[in-house]
Amino acid sequence: MQNAFSSPQAADLGDLRQSDEAESNEDRKAFTPPPPNDQFQEEMVIRPLYSGDIYASFQFRTQWDTDFLHDGKKVSHYRLFPKSLGQVLSKFSVRELHISFTQGYWRTMQWGQPFIPSPPGAELWVWFHHTVTDVDGNWKELTNVLSGIFCASLNFIDSTNTVEPSASFKPLGLGNATDHRFLRYATLPREIVCTENLTPWKKLLPCGSKAGLAVLMKSEKLFHSSFHSQAVHIRPVCKDWQCTSTAWELRQTLNVVFDLYTSGQGKKEWSLFKMFSRTLTEACPLASSSKIYVDVTDNPGVNPLISTAVVLGDRRTYSVYDLTKKETFGQLRSLNLLLRWKGENDMLRPPLHAERYVSGFGLQKGEIHTCLYNSHPYRAYPVLLLDSLPWYLRLYVHTLTVTSKTRENKPSYIHYQPSKDRLRPHLLEMLVQLPPHSVTEVTVQFERALLKWTEYTPDPNHGFYIGSSVISALVPSIVAMDTNSTRDRPLFSSFFPTKEESSYFMRVYTEPLLVNLPTPDFSMPYNVICLTCTVVAVGYGSFYNLLTRTFQVDEPSAPLAKRLANIIRRLRGVPLL
Amino acid sequence: ILLKPLIMKITRRGRNAALAIAAVVIVVGIPLWWKTTETYRAWLPFSQIGELDSLQLQLSVEVEVVFSRGTLIPELQKKVPLTETREQEHQVDAKTGLQYRYETKYRTATIMEDDALNQPTAQEADLSLHMLSESACGSVVVYIIPETSTLLPEGVTVYVGQRRTALLRTTVFQGRGGLKEVLSALHPLVKQVVDTMSFSHQDILASLSDRMRAGQISKESLADSMRAIKSSPGYEITFSLLNPDPKSHSLHWDIEGAVHSYIQPLLDKLTPIANFSVDSQILYYAVLGVNPRFDNSVSAYTLNADSLAHVINPVEARLGSNAASSNPVLNFLLYVPDARHSPLFIRDRSQKEVPSNAFHSPRWGGIMVYNVNDMYDSKAEFPVDIDISMAKVMGVFLAQLRLLLGVQKTQPPPGFLLQSPGSAGLADWELDRLLWSRSVENVATASTTITSLAQLLDQISNIVINDNIAQQVSSAVMSLHAALAELEVGDLALALQYSQEAILASEKAFFDPSLLHLLYFPDDQKFAIYIPLFLPMCVPIVLSLLKIGNEVRQRRADKLAKRD
Repeated sequence: MQNAFSSPQAADLGDLRQSDEAESNEDRKAFTPPPPNDQFQEEMVIRPLYSGDIYASFQFRTQWDTDFLHDGKKVSHYRLFPKSLGQVLSKFSVRELHISFTQGYWRTMQWGQPFIPSPPGAELWVWFHHTVTDVDGNWKELTNVLSGIFCASLNFIDSTNTVEPSASFKPLGLGNATDHRFLRYATLPREIVCTENLTPWKKLLPCGSKAGLAVLMKSEKLFHSSFHSQAVHIRPVCKDWQCTSTAWELRQTLNVVFDLYTSGQGKKEWSLFKMFSRTLTEACPLASSSKIYVDVTDNPGVNPLISTAVVLGDRRTYSVYDLTKKETFGQLRSLNLLLRWKGENDMLRPPLHAERYVSGFGLQKGEIHTCLYNSHPYRAYPVLLLDSLPWYLRLYVHTLTVTSKTRENKPSYIHYQPSKDRLRPHLLEMLVQLPPHSVTEVTVQFERALLKWTEYTPDPNHGFYIGSSVISALVPSIVAMDTNSTRDRPLFSSFFPTKEESSYFMRVYTEPLLVNLPTPDFSMPYNVICLTCTVVAVGYGSFYNLLTRTFQVDEPSAPLAKRLANIIRRLRGVPLL
Repeated sequence: ILLKPLIMKITRRGRNAALAIAAVVIVVGIPLWWKTTETYRAWLPFSQIGELDSLQLQLSVEVEVVFSRGTLIPELQKKVPLTETREQEHQVDAKTGLQYRYETKYRTATIMEDDALNQPTAQEADLSLHMLSESACGSVVVYIIPETSTLLPEGVTVYVGQRRTALLRTTVFQGRGGLKEVLSALHPLVKQVVDTMSFSHQDILASLSDRMRAGQISKESLADSMRAIKSSPGYEITFSLLNPDPKSHSLHWDIEGAVHSYIQPLLDKLTPIANFSVDSQILYYAVLGVNPRFDNSVSAYTLNADSLAHVINPVEARLGSNAASSNPVLNFLLYVPDARHSPLFIRDRSQKEVPSNAFHSPRWGGIMVYNVNDMYDSKAEFPVDIDISMAKVMGVFLAQLRLLLGVQKTQPPPGFLLQSPGSAGLADWELDRLLWSRSVENVATASTTITSLAQLLDQISNIVINDNIAQQVSSAVMSLHAALAELEVGDLALALQYSQEAILASEKAFFDPSLLHLLYFPDDQKFAIYIPLFLPMCVPIVLSLLKIGNEVRQRRADKLAKRD
């Protein structure tokens, strides 16, 4: 901002229209505000994990009854919904937008399932409205604008890492769009998430980090953790349970896993102050609900505020603290939760998890192994596996094998889009049936391409990151899922829509891969130039000499022995030879 | 003895070989190297750009002077209509020249116009004259009315209406001199009217400030032009309501209705100049950058004029830039102080409270402080619902918007009465003034952009000039010429349109990413790479050429010696 400032005659007043001011003075007393068409909720869940770590998950939800995509009418007056995102939605005709920034990898086997999964690095997927004609152009511009808003390198998303998955990413909001031409998906596995991404994220909240749960978000604590993930999800939802009209929902989520077990000398305890070095004093005054849920399933204590919720196929018990009530804060006017437990309860094994690695040696070929684990004791279920690999790994698709229990497992659906060098990545999607209690291994061989020397990253010997595989599945649930969408549910259990009682949606991301590519010596071009020039010059020199010099037969001079003898003879005064 | 011709033959063969190699290197090698290492540079109209560097602006104004009944004696009436052209030239600096042409048409009023001038008030006369005929954009019509006319109040000689007409009251010209004397007596007043309604020399100079050094422009018009936001094809206007204390105040503002009834009419009027988009937001917990001081004497918090400069920067971080466009943003902030720091008043340099409680920052926007503490009593239950009176707020913001858009607050010469623009927010002649200065400013900016781009491309010979850049530059130059021509003719609307096209094309060319695309290696490094190839190749060729030259000279000397 320019700091120039004028205005000694500080204000210039125009013609004031004071006629109707008198009227407004009169009805000031009787003023009743119109019902707001937007509302804001905030929520935090704390769940002690089996490993002794603490999982804290924040969700902020802004719902606005308006229509960005309505023709003719421009949305331009914002209250709780952030203006910057609203402008993006209407300018690029975005139907649904999901963006996440994650530092660290979610360890499904030790921690169970997260409420909202996300891959390491940055992930962005967007459904555009079906009236968009130039989807790629919109996508390109959108990534640039988002990269400005979130202070991230999303501008590195281009056609070489963008795919259009045909089945894995269905819209989570209203509308049954199935034409995947309007979907774009990209990940940046190398993206590093830090304070500069958190600050703009916090700025999107109506209360910022000044009041409410966001007060706890102190970046030095949040990033001193085993896992940190922040996300923004925008989608159209039903305005009310009858679903007569639509509203826009903005969910901002932040998930952190604190390693309090090892840093706390093996004591199993946590408190808000220990985790965030802050305590809570008030709810955000703009929030219609502001709650903290503490998972007390494993150590039921004497807590009066108990609620149960079915989340991710498991019935959990929570004690609830409502921040909008004065009693919650007690005499000290500050809320610091503390919990100690000894529980050695067994963790419910997640029914699905996956891992991935590269095998092979040398810098020419390799093989990618993806292992999908179904730990359900007796149910088989299908999963969708999505792999998006950069073009510089040249896949040998004929080597693609899917085996489970040492037998070949033929995928019932395969969608493969081959890569084009420097233009688009490989996209491999398949529907695989996982037998009960089994490991299914998907392998495919690849060849490493040699890049042009300007295409290497600044630190090429570190290797190239390959984004996570995405596994989406409807997993059979042990307890009956709650399909009644009319009931008020905590935010953390209502992100993925549940359609049937017997199963729930689950998405698992594998580890990103780090693949070494054949890397040249980067001083090579100059060396090559010098060497070839020298060779050319030497060759040319002799050639030139041959062509231009004349050779003459010379009088043979006296041999060396004779000359030496003559010198000695001269010294002795003897006649020369 | 037998060997000698053989040796001669062999040396001749060597010489021929050396010459042939040198010829191949020069004829094939050097052009090949030149061609393969050349950068692509499309043709640019350098000579035309060079002409633009010295800008000769010619502005034409059509003035119509209409004598109503009773202002001319009958003998003189017969001599009108007639046309007169006055020119005025100014050489601003070595590279910029200005020429104003006033084409003045004199005629007598028609019967209908005379009837219109017989209306009871000047305002009605103005309206009915407008109904009779619509004057073209940029032109000025001056009606001369007799001294006995009651249209104008006492002490007022000139009335400037809402459109492009002015009424001028004079004494009846006696037939002493001819028409010429009458006209020359009238001229200074008419000139003043035209200066007010279209442009004055100072306005044009201020618009040209891009091209000129400071000091040549009067301080006032420079301040005016610095306050106004730069000319651009579009603007974003953002109204932000800052509520630092949502716990005690629940603020409601009907911004949608207010924009519709107060701001939109002005913006509709300004559509020829730029596209405007308006939006609003509410920011909670947004605080000003300075702590206001409590003044016991008035039991209120005060902000001094000196500290206002520090108010904006911390707020700016919260405002957020417009994600969806790159047009300049005009911010208007309505700040409602929190309950504990109310009321808050802004004081000017003379420590007096500013009546509007608002201030503006040049090229940025305006801030208004809106105190709500007297709208509820201390027993009220927090948060209090408060409805903001948009009429009061928008009056201030509208005035600031006019300032920031460069609708100058003209100081009328003594004896002038300016009709206030009314509900449209802007009189036609005010729009004309804006169009004049914007066109000139656009022309000046575009020409400097294009000349500096040409200079840059000329200086750095390694820059690749793509065809699209060349095309943008040519279209900018063409639009500039068209704009200059339109200014000369006096067609203001077209001149502005062309000048905007020129500015767009020139900026597009100037900021084209392809100009920064390649790495530019310095020449010494380039030759460091070439040397291993060039040196071993060139040294033998040069040496043998020298040797052959020497031999030839030697032989010639021998021949001469022999002849002697």
